[in-house]
Amino acid sequence: MSARIAQIRLVSSHPEVYEPCDDSFALVDALLADRNNLLEHKPTLCMEVGCGSGYVITSLILLLEEEASRSQFFATDINHHAIRVTRETMEAHGVHAELINTDIASGLENRLAGLVDLLVVNPPYVPTPEEEVGREGIASAWAGGENGRAVIDKILPVADKLLSKRGWLYMVLLTANNPSQICRQMMKKGYASRIVVQRSTEEESLHIIKFWRDFDIEVDSKDAVTNSNPGIVDSVLSQFQRLSSFWRNSDSSSNSSNS
Amino acid sequence: MLSSNIKGVSNGFPLKIEVEKVVEKQVEINHDFLRNIFQKIDWKAFFDASKVMGFAELPEQAPDPSVLESDLEFLRKFHHALLELHLEEGALVCPETGRKFPVNKGIPNMLLHEDEV
Repeated sequence: MSARIAQIRLVSSHPEVYEPCDDSFALVDALLADRNNLLEHKPTLCMEVGCGSGYVITSLILLLEEEASRSQFFATDINHHAIRVTRETMEAHGVHAELINTDIASGLENRLAGLVDLLVVNPPYVPTPEEEVGREGIASAWAGGENGRAVIDKILPVADKLLSKRGWLYMVLLTANNPSQICRQMMKKGYASRIVVQRSTEEESLHIIKFWRDFDIEVDSKDAVTNSNPGIVDSVLSQFQRLSSFWRNSDSSSNSSNS
Repeated sequence: MLSSNIKGVSNGFPLKIEVEKVVEKQVEINHDFLRNIFQKIDWKAFFDASKVMGFAELPEQAPDPSVLESDLEFLRKFHHALLELHLEEGALVCPETGRKFPVNKGIPNMLLHEDEV
């Protein structure tokens, strides 16, 4: 039996709102690929940061089926047009989430700290000049500053704060964002990670990475990691090493930062 | 679930609600959901918010979680206040500074001005 996701013909649009594209499809494909785990996980509080057209949050609610009726959904976007388009997309599919026009999770992160079981983020990851970051409208959907990391690096600590002990984070990253460095950084905070979907398009090499808290990773106060289970570190890094040759071939601008 | 996000504000919760328009929407009741969400709610803030929005049938003190198992009448009221009442137009007001966050068409705008970040 195939799971339901959002239908493109029912996704609303606006000139200032990013339309579902390869990155959105890859993220939904990752959720579909992990759907059985998600159904077992029974997330009670789910959130999307940067909901854009609403394609991803709508798909998430639909693919969780009955599980979704036991959960509460939040979606945020800094762009008020995006919030409106998301609401139209959700209404067209008969689903509901609390929508908040805010920057990342500002205003929510204190009250929702440690409560979010599932967080999905398709951040503005495109490397751009730093001054393009923080502009209004559709630019906020892609402008990522140096290495595309300006907004991602703001989101990661917020994600760490929001996620519950059993919280999962799915995030879209580009080779240029240096995903292996992000995984190592998250490991220092006690997160294991794996690539759920890896996809190369004409323009970019996309990775959908899942992060979850792994209590075998010991985090000490100095932020240095002592890992009682070195297998986890090896497994994720070896995933990147296996892919690294592919990246160099597929992305000529790659700076082979994935050492 | 929202709190004031202005820099330097330490008591940003609960936001006060200014009501211009409340809409009611019928939502199917789900007991599992209500049990899940109950433990995540600050009851005092929830009670006050429901009252401001015109629904005063909730108990003022947080009930014992056992009512979630047995008291169908309570579940129905809790469900109504939580999921069927929507602040369509109005504002959320920071309890410390009085700064208003507008709510239009049911969507709170928590964006800050540059000097508030």
